[in-house]
Amino acid sequence: MTTMTTMTDTSTAADAPAPAATTDGSVQLRLDGTWLTVCAAARLTPGRGVAVLLPDGRRQAALFLDRAGRLYAIDNRDPFSGAAVLSRGLVGSADGRPFVASPLLKQRFDLETGRCLDDDEAGVGVYEARVSA
Amino acid sequence: MHPNAPVATPDTPPEKTLVLVGHGMVGQRFLEALAEQGLTTTHRVVVLCEEPRPAYDRVQLTSYFSGRTPDELSVTDAEFIEKHGIELHLGDPAEHIDRRARTVTSRSGRTLAYDTLVLATGSVPFVPPVPGKDAAGCFVYRTIEDVLAIEAYAKENATTGAVVGGGLLGLEAAGALQGLGLGTHIVEFAPRLMPAQVDDGGGAALLRTLTGRGLAVHTGTGTQEILTDDAGAVRAMRLSDGAELEVGLVVFSAGVRPRDQLARDCGLAVGERGGITVDERCRTSDPAVYAIGECAQAADGRVYGLVAPGYEMAQTAAAAIASGDDCDAAFTGADMSTKLKLLGVDVASFGDAHGAAEDCLDVSYADSRSGTYKKLVVGADGTLLGGVLVGDTEAYGTLRALTGSVPPVPAEQLVLPAGAGAAPALGPEALPGDAVVCNCHNVTKDAVQACATLPEVKKCTKAGTGCGSCVKLIGQLLPQSGDQGLCGCFAQTRQELYEIVRTLRIASYQELLDRHGRESARGGEGCETCKPAVASVIASLAPAIGADGYVLDGEQAALQDTNDHFLANLQKNGSYSVVPRIPGGEITPDKLIVIGEVAREFGLYTKITGGQRIDLFGARVEQLPLIWAKLVDAGFESGHAYGKALRTVKSCVGQTWCRYGVQDSVRMAIDLELRYRGLRAPHKLKSAVSGCARECAEARSKDFGVIATASGWNLYVGGNGGATPRHADLLAQDLSDAELVRLIDRFLMFYIRTADRLERTSAWLERIDGGLDHVRDVVVDDSLGICAELEALMADHVTHYRDEWGETLADPERLARFVSFVNAPESPDPLVAFVPERGQIKPDLPLLTLRPLEGSSAR
Ligand code: SRM
Ligand SMILES: Cc1cc2nc3c(=O)[nH]c(=O)nc-3n(C[C@H](O)[C@H](O)[C@H](O)COP(=O)(O)OP(=O)(O)OC[C@H]3O[C@@H](n4cnc5c(N)ncnc54)[C@H](O)[C@@H]3O)c2cc1C
Ligand code: SF4
Ligand code: FES
Repeated sequence: MTTMTTMTDTSTAADAPAPAATTDGSVQLRLDGTWLTVCAAARLTPGRGVAVLLPDGRRQAALFLDRAGRLYAIDNRDPFSGAAVLSRGLVGSADGRPFVASPLLKQRFDLETGRCLDDDEAGVGVYEARVSA
Repeated sequence: MHPNAPVATPDTPPEKTLVLVGHGMVGQRFLEALAEQGLTTTHRVVVLCEEPRPAYDRVQLTSYFSGRTPDELSVTDAEFIEKHGIELHLGDPAEHIDRRARTVTSRSGRTLAYDTLVLATGSVPFVPPVPGKDAAGCFVYRTIEDVLAIEAYAKENATTGAVVGGGLLGLEAAGALQGLGLGTHIVEFAPRLMPAQVDDGGGAALLRTLTGRGLAVHTGTGTQEILTDDAGAVRAMRLSDGAELEVGLVVFSAGVRPRDQLARDCGLAVGERGGITVDERCRTSDPAVYAIGECAQAADGRVYGLVAPGYEMAQTAAAAIASGDDCDAAFTGADMSTKLKLLGVDVASFGDAHGAAEDCLDVSYADSRSGTYKKLVVGADGTLLGGVLVGDTEAYGTLRALTGSVPPVPAEQLVLPAGAGAAPALGPEALPGDAVVCNCHNVTKDAVQACATLPEVKKCTKAGTGCGSCVKLIGQLLPQSGDQGLCGCFAQTRQELYEIVRTLRIASYQELLDRHGRESARGGEGCETCKPAVASVIASLAPAIGADGYVLDGEQAALQDTNDHFLANLQKNGSYSVVPRIPGGEITPDKLIVIGEVAREFGLYTKITGGQRIDLFGARVEQLPLIWAKLVDAGFESGHAYGKALRTVKSCVGQTWCRYGVQDSVRMAIDLELRYRGLRAPHKLKSAVSGCARECAEARSKDFGVIATASGWNLYVGGNGGATPRHADLLAQDLSDAELVRLIDRFLMFYIRTADRLERTSAWLERIDGGLDHVRDVVVDDSLGICAELEALMADHVTHYRDEWGETLADPERLARFVSFVNAPESPDPLVAFVPERGQIKPDLPLLTLRPLEGSSAR
């Protein structure tokens, strides 16, 4: 589902993964069978998200990059509050699986499945994302 | 209710009536035991309570002076009383018992017929018959009413007080007088303090430490007379050695006497030296009448003045009432072990502390420098019989549980402090399974270990819910109790991470995680708990470790909570609020107008905050830079309402205008706010400066509060409003401007260095070993020799401070993140919408109501 990409690592740590040079290329989301180009890969910061407005002008996706350079996209709307804020949450990992914690009331969502880790009955949709050259 | 009126529903009248006289700690425990035995369903239970309030924690009485309210001291759960249909009559003592008719008559005239009568009347303080003992200003120390009366009297009439009696209760009372800010004397007839609990060596260690804390201790001296003034109020006290102490108030704490008068009057047997005689089932000489707690003389002939034996008697009596003649519960005597913190000094004694057994030996260790004294009493065969610990009671739980057995290591090793000679490698593992870990509730190590967490232990076994002295040992017996780690990613505490970052100069979260994180978390993404916590540590050490102080640069940007990331506070609908800094709450009309204009232009909801500034709500992400461009232009800076950082320093108008003011509180508030603005801390920091003791700025509810005096400033620390309010404690008095700033610098940096994540100064001060005294030692007396370093760190912070909004606006790259959508920078979020209310806007909520995640806390 996700495509590998590498990003400039902005940390100054001596032994952090060596910064790879691929800041070019653009990020795409798969919607109804077609790939929508959303932004330059260089706009993303590892561990942080951005929001994407989908073509219907209402729906939104939250796009994340992890430190290994993997991309994830889930629905941006926090099902607990109704506000479109998941892209502004903090990314983390639990048992090796990436999640984002809602910035409002901190419920966590698995970035691969959209499942809410703190409430079996809640979840959000997921999108395929990739970097195209 | 009419006397004798039936209480239960008419269709199931309980057959029998049980009357309890006295609702103290033991009485309440007895009611709980009745309920556990199912007796509340078979009996009508009526309680006569002399005090105007239901049972409360008498043991913790003195904590009233550190802020516990009478309500918080309560040990009575109204729901419990109601659920079990218990009739509780407050302020209505029993006055007469007619054993033949089996009735009790109360002061209000109630006559209650009983089948079973239980006396739990406790004790009454003993007041020696010295002339003047009834003068105004003489008190005893036993009830909440006593405490309130002492407090009220001291406020109006006394600056110095004396306590008659240097035993456990006397020291408690002395703690209360100190808590009231009175100069305090203790007069003890015996040659040492706490004669009943400790030996000469222990008493000497105690004396040294207490004298060091400003108490005047007079041992080996009696009280001869209380001298009064013309109005009949206490003015001084004459001692047996002829000396006169000028005091405005006297508290008698010379021991207690069992309250057995009711029993005597109705012909029940009482002991020679008082106390209602009971057998092993706690029955008096009349089988229908039981006596428990401090009013009873147990089957072993002793009257126990401690709560744990009382609880055991309560259990025994309830079991005896439940099972009648086949009762196998018995109270044959109890251990007099105690562990106390008196006036900040830990004191414990257990088992045969005085070495009364034949052929026993004692092993002791004394260090007068640190005020530590330890003595163990060992039998001829090596059995540990008891001991006394003063100053360091670390080993109390383990030693008490080992009493009666031969310890696995020689006794002399057990008294040596850790690090001296061979390590006393005696952990809780060494305890046998049937060792009693919690004395109050008689809970064994095995029972504790059947549970997984402390809350579970408390719920299932009640261990730890009495005096609390066993909680530490329980913690050591529970699985993974050693894991104090910050979160699933780090096994270290925040303080440990702070030290790692500081000493190894690690300026990167990833590096910290990959090198120092838990094995399983290394190389991962971290989590929402440790990321902001580490970001805060790095930010507060930034200049010292060579990191960039700007919180949104590079990796730091990815670590911050959304509020810090957008330098604004996220609201429930996804919009943000904007709080410009208004130092000290002082603002010019022109600046006020700018705020008004900005709010009007962007249509923001505007509100005066509780922190003497103005909050503008309802800004969308992409509006934040536009709004701040105008504010920065007019000379405003970020107010850090979003950060775990200094919020506001509130001020009162002070000397400049106020007829009472003695210092310029506004100027000082502004100076302090500008000095500490932007400082990142484990939690938010608030402050205030008042121009005189009227305290209009509410400085004592702040993390650091300053109150003007005629000759300078008083500094208070550890105050808190919010969910768990706490009044700040006085750290130092009459400081000059420079001394004040220097002390605050040190205090804040010491807090930042040692506090836990999201721990306000109030909670920190309560938690750290030694509390306020320790903090004072460190920041006032430089006992750790770190003050120069703390000051240097603060100086670094002050020189490197830059306004985050000013910096952000100056950098187009940083500004690029302030968009709702990465692919449509111009579009606003269609879900952020508003409707009008009272002439302003409010969020038009998309649909749902917010439901907090269990265990989550507001950030
Ligand atoms: C705006 C304001 C209420 C108001 O309309 O007056 C406010 C608003 C919030 N407070 Fe507060 N507090 C405000 C004054 C206070 C005060 C009064 C004071 O400072 O004099 C207190 C009690 C004093 C204290 O802190 O000791 C206060 C105690 C809290 C607490 C409880 C803290 C505690 O230690 O128990 C929280 C929760 C937390 O920090 O974990 C909190 C948290 C919050 C948060 C940050 C909750 C959140 O995450 O959304 C609110 C966000 C503000 C925003 O979005 O802009 N707020 N809050 C006040 C802003 C003052 C300012 O100018 O900065
Ligand atoms: C300041 C202080 C500190 C202490 N610290 C410790 C400690 O650290 N460890 C420890 O183990 N113990 C400590 N104690 C002792 C402990 O509080 C007592 O052992 C315990 O409270 C005894 O409980 P009780 O129910 O028997 O008596 P009490 O708690 O005294 O309760 C008896 C109740 O009966 C009421 N009463 C009396 N006569 C009548 C009547 N005729 N009709 C109706 N009601 C009546 C009284 O008003 C009182 O409310 C301390 C005591 C004090 C005062
Ligand atoms: S605290 Fe004192 S100086 Fe300040 S406003 Fe109140 S009365 Fe005036
Ligand atoms: S020993 Fe008192 S609560 Fe456990």
